Amino acid sequence: MEYVPTPSQTVGPYLRIGLTEKRSVKCLAGPEAKGERVWLKCRVLDGDGAPVNDAMVEIWQADSEGKYNHPDDRQAKTPDSACLGFGRMGTGEDGSCEFETVKPGRVPGPGNRLQAPHLNVGVYARGILLQLYTRIYFDGEPANEEDPILISVPAERRETLLAHRDADRAGGWRFDIHLCGEQETVFFDV
Amino acid sequence: MGQVTNEGSIVTPYRRYPPGSQPSRVYEPYRSTVRRNPAKPLIFLPHTLSEVTGPVYGHDAMSETDNDLTRQHAGEPQGERIIVTGRVLDDNGRPVPNTLIEIWQANAAGRYLHQRDQHPAPLDPNFSGAGRTLTDGNGNYRFVTIKPGPYPWFNHYNAWRPAHIHFSVFGRAFLTRLITQMYFPGDPLFAYDPIYQSVPDEKARQRMISKFDLETTQPQWALGFRFDIVLRGPEATPFEA
Ligand SMILES: [Fe+2]
Repeated sequence: MEYVPTPSQTVGPYLRIGLTEKRSVKCLAGPEAKGERVWLKCRVLDGDGAPVNDAMVEIWQADSEGKYNHPDDRQAKTPDSACLGFGRMGTGEDGSCEFETVKPGRVPGPGNRLQAPHLNVGVYARGILLQLYTRIYFDGEPANEEDPILISVPAERRETLLAHRDADRAGGWRFDIHLCGEQETVFFDV
Repeated sequence: MGQVTNEGSIVTPYRRYPPGSQPSRVYEPYRSTVRRNPAKPLIFLPHTLSEVTGPVYGHDAMSETDNDLTRQHAGEPQGERIIVTGRVLDDNGRPVPNTLIEIWQANAAGRYLHQRDQHPAPLDPNFSGAGRTLTDGNGNYRFVTIKPGPYPWFNHYNAWRPAHIHFSVFGRAFLTRLITQMYFPGDPLFAYDPIYQSVPDEKARQRMISKFDLETTQPQWALGFRFDIVLRGPEATPFEA
């Protein structure tokens, strides 16, 4: 017997019922979690710049020491038990959703190089038949210069992977996801 | 094959999707794909710890009626009671144990309990249309629900979705995450549905169709349907290295 992965299909249009109405996860790292606290506001926009009000954003990340809470992370570190590392939220009328977490540490990457702190993101919505994967890096982080994945992205498009500090809120960050159009975010072939 | 050493950690890459097995991202007959998907090529991402790990989520407080959508209210919902069961496997044919499956669906009349659903069909006070379960140690799962009705949408003139149940599965890694729709055999709407038709390969499309199963069917009670789900698997297991 041949095992070929089942095709993906859109979550739309009524994803709230199953995934986000009662099953949202806003907080990826509880108050006990170590590390720099981050309040992240993500906004999803379509090719016309219009807010996408029926999307779901999922985030997966390492703890502040760069350890994933998962058996296939075999680094000799103990995961921070207060850091779930997973979040998911539906977007509101303005296309945005908000997460609370801690800034992840650096995790190993290809070629024996450490990756810069980043969040792994999956985007789901009506009109998206197969989830879109992107990453969120932190603007101003010195390690970005040597991140093996960021370096693989054409220089003029790297900016689309950076979250920026929210001037109105200590610890606040903003990240816009442009599904297409001039400011199109970089999405990865995973 | 396939093992990359990363500063004290080992990453086994996962297999990429075979061509034609997944939907086209931009599929013009499904209109909203056009302005909601990238026009620029995706950038190849080698699998790192970030991709091959993933959330262990949803294991808390599963309630007894979470996988029985016919028992979540005081009365029984209207419609055909059905049993939907199957296995979650990876593309090596290995079971995916203890992973969360979430489903959501319309009621028997084709109406979702959702504020944006304007279809003039009745809501059912005894049906919410959402369920969840964990696969067992062999990757098996089981739901009891009612057969959802087809429903109209606005993609094109006289557009109707074939009856379907939305399935969300986690699997072992962030890259195994799958959200799909399970269809019912012989639905006359397949030929007219751009969501179903967005998958290029005919054989791949048929992997979304459940099979009627007499063994799962319970006499005097409910029809049974089998729906096996295959997720991406690692290129090689650590044991084979
Ligand atoms: Fe649906």
